[in-house]
Amino acid sequence: MISGAEIMVKCLEAEGVSVVFGYPGATICPFYDKIYDSSMKDVLVRQEQNAAHAASGYARCSGRPGVCVATSGPGATNLITGIATAYMDSIPMVAITGQVRSDLLGRDVFQEADITGACEPFVKHSYLVSKTEDLPRIFKEAFHIASTGRQGPVLIDIPMDIQTNEIEEFVYPDSVNIIGYKPNTKGHAVQVKRAVEAIKKSKRPLIVSGGGVLSSGVKPKFQNFAIKTRIPVISTMMGIGVMPSDNELYLGMLGTHGKAVANRVLHEADLVIVCGARLGDRAVAAPDQMSNNTTVIHIDIDPAEIGKNVKTEIPIVGDMRNVLKMLAENIGDYTVPEQWQQTVNAWKKDLYKTPPVFDGFVEPRTLMSHLSAMFRSKAILVADVGQNQIWCANNFRIREGRFLTTGGMGTMGYSIPAAVGAKFARPDRDVIAVCGDGSFQMGMNELATIAGNNLNIKIIIMKNTRLGMVRELQDKNYGGRHSATILQGDPDFLGIARAYGIDCAQASSNDEAESIIKGIVNSDKPFILVCNVYPDTPSI
Amino acid sequence: MQYTLSILVENQAGVLSKISGLFSRRGFNIDSLAVGVTNTPNVSRITIVANGDEYVVEQLEKQLNKLIPVIKVKRLTEGEFISRELILIKVHCAAAKRAEIIKTAEIMQAKIVDVASSCVTVEYCECASRVNTLIDLLKPYGIREIVRTGTVAIDRGTASVSV
Repeated sequence: MISGAEIMVKCLEAEGVSVVFGYPGATICPFYDKIYDSSMKDVLVRQEQNAAHAASGYARCSGRPGVCVATSGPGATNLITGIATAYMDSIPMVAITGQVRSDLLGRDVFQEADITGACEPFVKHSYLVSKTEDLPRIFKEAFHIASTGRQGPVLIDIPMDIQTNEIEEFVYPDSVNIIGYKPNTKGHAVQVKRAVEAIKKSKRPLIVSGGGVLSSGVKPKFQNFAIKTRIPVISTMMGIGVMPSDNELYLGMLGTHGKAVANRVLHEADLVIVCGARLGDRAVAAPDQMSNNTTVIHIDIDPAEIGKNVKTEIPIVGDMRNVLKMLAENIGDYTVPEQWQQTVNAWKKDLYKTPPVFDGFVEPRTLMSHLSAMFRSKAILVADVGQNQIWCANNFRIREGRFLTTGGMGTMGYSIPAAVGAKFARPDRDVIAVCGDGSFQMGMNELATIAGNNLNIKIIIMKNTRLGMVRELQDKNYGGRHSATILQGDPDFLGIARAYGIDCAQASSNDEAESIIKGIVNSDKPFILVCNVYPDTPSI
Repeated sequence: MQYTLSILVENQAGVLSKISGLFSRRGFNIDSLAVGVTNTPNVSRITIVANGDEYVVEQLEKQLNKLIPVIKVKRLTEGEFISRELILIKVHCAAAKRAEIIKTAEIMQAKIVDVASSCVTVEYCECASRVNTLIDLLKPYGIREIVRTGTVAIDRGTASVSV
């Protein structure tokens, strides 16, 4: 005989899960009891939302679904923001929640919450398990759904009696058969041919890369395609890192907070190949940003994204991996017209400007542009949300590493827990979290997770004692009335770091900041650097 | 533009709320919704009549297709399907007016299914526009209550929506 809780552990093992992020409680205790005996590492976070963010960071760096666990009621509802973040950012994740006993469901007992109901708009799919026998099939389906097609979170809500009931034997299914879920990954040959014809005819083609290129794991092939055809590339926030920042074809992030050069090239292009991006309102705020005569080729695994935000002439539904291969085969020796290459090269020179320096402060944009060179080339940078996100997105020079942030949901407090997940996935890489003093205070409870697991994560806090992004908005649209954006009562961040036993320092100039960073890059311990930033430093 | 969607779904708990939730979440309105089991065990068919422009309908079809328990979504082509709705109307009816109401029902091929001292109940199964005509005809007598099932629809000829 085998219990539901043991089956849950065996299912995770069968899926190759080696680490779960979570927070226990009464209704998930049977599962935690069985984890105790397994080889799986359970990482105790300090708030459930951060379990989901950690699972997100883990998933993005390992290429496998991240797993987070919480108990029923408040544990489960705390997960929601993290699940919703993964949903908007298309991150593969399996969230497991304990639930009150089946016979008590709907009776408003202690720590009961209808979590499958509450999460409905934020999950790719969800299950409320009603029989222990169903667990293996449901786990198999959940991992399949989370990691295929357009990736996303799947929630499995498991009442306590389902975890404690015993059944005869455990058999993990070899395959799934979900009649209503057969994502089309292939790419339509005729559409690809049309796309290639259009590319060959165009005078000023452009590629917009999105997060889809990264989630389909085709970064090298994508780079080859761009380099071979010489088609310039801009990226959405989720697509940053698809090309090395210093590649001559790369012209930065587009959008309201992007590079003027990127927006200019988008406006001038006569053909745009959108690769795994949904072009949300922050990427293309006004449709007139693109010229009316621009031909749009949109490649996406999710048919619902094509034509949703931008008028598309040539839709190609499929996995980037397959479509890119077909494009490369069909395009032959094509390279973009010489004149367009020269134009783009000339613009590339304007990509980075040196911002003014304020005495007694760190210039965050300059620091970001120097940061990459101080770490190893495969470093993973996790940016939080706010001005710090824009400073990172526009100035951090990605080499072979990753840039992680929540571009879709924009959840403050993402960077520290996501960095925890990233570090568990890639212990061999440098992991840096950059946040503001606002967002740091939303994620700082995870310092305990970092200290407790001695995770070598370097945290940089851009301290401007402002909720800088909102402050900027207030300056622009609300007559400079700084309502609730001045961070009164900021703690002594160095004191906080020390309280957790984490080494720390602060800097009030770029030279100071850089010399501190150079001194800690080779240490294997966590570190917190507090940078004093001039309060009126703009985002761009 | 009014359109009719025929949706095949796996018969699971919560599937109806997933579908109706999708409509409300994305700001789409439903005129009617009818659901019932099909000839395939575990598969139900949902017929939704709703309003929206081409962009809205296309988005809706795509978003519905993304729901895991949704097997198939088909927009039925105007003029190429048969639709029916069952309606029960309780009409205020003094004895003097009874013959008149019965005559109206007869003309429309509706049935009188219940009679009481001051009212009659009319049953009618037809396409939505004829149902509305009958309602208009009975309105002057005073309608006390209406119950409608929502429209169900099926392709004409050999075309079908099946698993």
